Amino acid sequence: MIEVNDIHKSFGDSEILKGISTTFEKGKTNLVIGQSGSGKTVFLKTLLGLFIPEQGSISYDGRKYSDLSTDEKSELRAEMGMVFQGSALFDSMTIAENVKFPLRMFTKQSKSEMEDRVNLVLKRVNLDDDHKKLPSEASGGMQKRVAIARAIVNKPKYLFCDEPNSGLDPRTATVIDNLIQEITQEYDITTIINTHDMNSVMEIGEKIVFLKDGLKEWEGSNKNIFKTDNEAVTGFVYSSDLFKRVQKMYLEEDL
Amino acid sequence: MSYLHSIGQYFLMIKEIFRKPTKWSVMRRLVFKDIDDLIINSIGIVSFIAFFVGGVVTIQTALNMTNPLIPKTLVGFATRQSVILEFAPTFISIIMAGKVGSFITSSIGTMRVTEQIDALEVMGINAINYLVFPKFVALMLYPFLISIAMFLGILGGMAACVFGGFASLDDYIAGIQMDFIPFHMLYAFIKTFVFAFLLATIPSYHGFYMTGGALEVGKASTTSFVWTSVAIILLNYILTQMMLS
Repeated sequence: MIEVNDIHKSFGDSEILKGISTTFEKGKTNLVIGQSGSGKTVFLKTLLGLFIPEQGSISYDGRKYSDLSTDEKSELRAEMGMVFQGSALFDSMTIAENVKFPLRMFTKQSKSEMEDRVNLVLKRVNLDDDHKKLPSEASGGMQKRVAIARAIVNKPKYLFCDEPNSGLDPRTATVIDNLIQEITQEYDITTIINTHDMNSVMEIGEKIVFLKDGLKEWEGSNKNIFKTDNEAVTGFVYSSDLFKRVQKMYLEEDL
Repeated sequence: MSYLHSIGQYFLMIKEIFRKPTKWSVMRRLVFKDIDDLIINSIGIVSFIAFFVGGVVTIQTALNMTNPLIPKTLVGFATRQSVILEFAPTFISIIMAGKVGSFITSSIGTMRVTEQIDALEVMGINAINYLVFPKFVALMLYPFLISIAMFLGILGGMAACVFGGFASLDDYIAGIQMDFIPFHMLYAFIKTFVFAFLLATIPSYHGFYMTGGALEVGKASTTSFVWTSVAIILLNYILTQMMLS
């Protein structure tokens, strides 16, 4: 579980996060949504420890980040997995080497143990036959699956995904969404996904935090996002006719 | 103020290179890869330039010695001194600032743009140690490259001298053996180690702390070449003043 308490983050004179508090539960897919420029990426990078907030605190299963020593912070980071928007695979390594990388860095496993784990994880993300390909030879969807495999190979406690299905076709995007949700439940990890894809919100949004101008505007689940009368949320969610129809369907179901 | 900030940030980066080292089993592969990229892959261009510039130095020297009282051995002597003291350590380092420096900046800068450095940091890896330390170790072999440049520079001079008819082979060989001061070699290699350190760290700094996209990677490579060259020229002056005057 990750508890965020009143975090503020500025760059120069521009305050990006203006006091966000929320809790992300274990075993659930937590979504952070909002328009471009709402502070989602800065929020996610602050949760990852890449940005240090000027005010407020973040606790990871009771461990307050600001109270940890440098070594403890490194240990905590080794418990995190991250799927970047552009996959961020190491382009000089093959797919298998990319996935093996966290094991080589943080474990004392033998070569065969590492290979077994890599094969298992790659199989889990449905990449059985492409171990020797370079990232540049893989499709966008394949790269995302490799990034997920690399993020989970060292059995993380926290999984962060920054727009994991951006640039993918709707079918592959759904596959990626479902894969993340399955892995979250299977490994019982705390997963936080940054997205502005309403399809993801509908499919896997067990908890949704809506950000606007660096503030938490609303939080709830995919079940009640269609019932909210918060104008900022409705303006974001019903920006397309399709979702207006989905809302109608949901409300009718409820009645 | 921004220059002071950059200088401070550069020295903090240097401190970070040696902190929290990456596992040796991983580092070893990176070091060998960087030796290949930075040293082995530079042998060809360094050899080519050294041989022909050595020849040009000899021709220029010979053509300017119009007084018949000046012994022909001076051609070899002047070539040796020019090549060992300045051409091989300094001139080749400026060329390497372009070749190796821009390679380092663009490869690290591309990793920054494509979030690969963020990926390393998220995993709790000291990204500066992981990326810069292997380059630093690889460039400790830089004196090997400079030795080749010295040898081929003098050899190129010999070829130009003999085939150009400026002096006989015996005169040239007598010239390169004349008044040899071993300290000059020490001076040249001390400079080489200092320049190797600059070649590893300044381009890495410009790549690591760059912001923006692909266009900025190109700009960072250019800036890194300029600042590496400036640092080499300045330190060349300071070291020469300290050690030879």
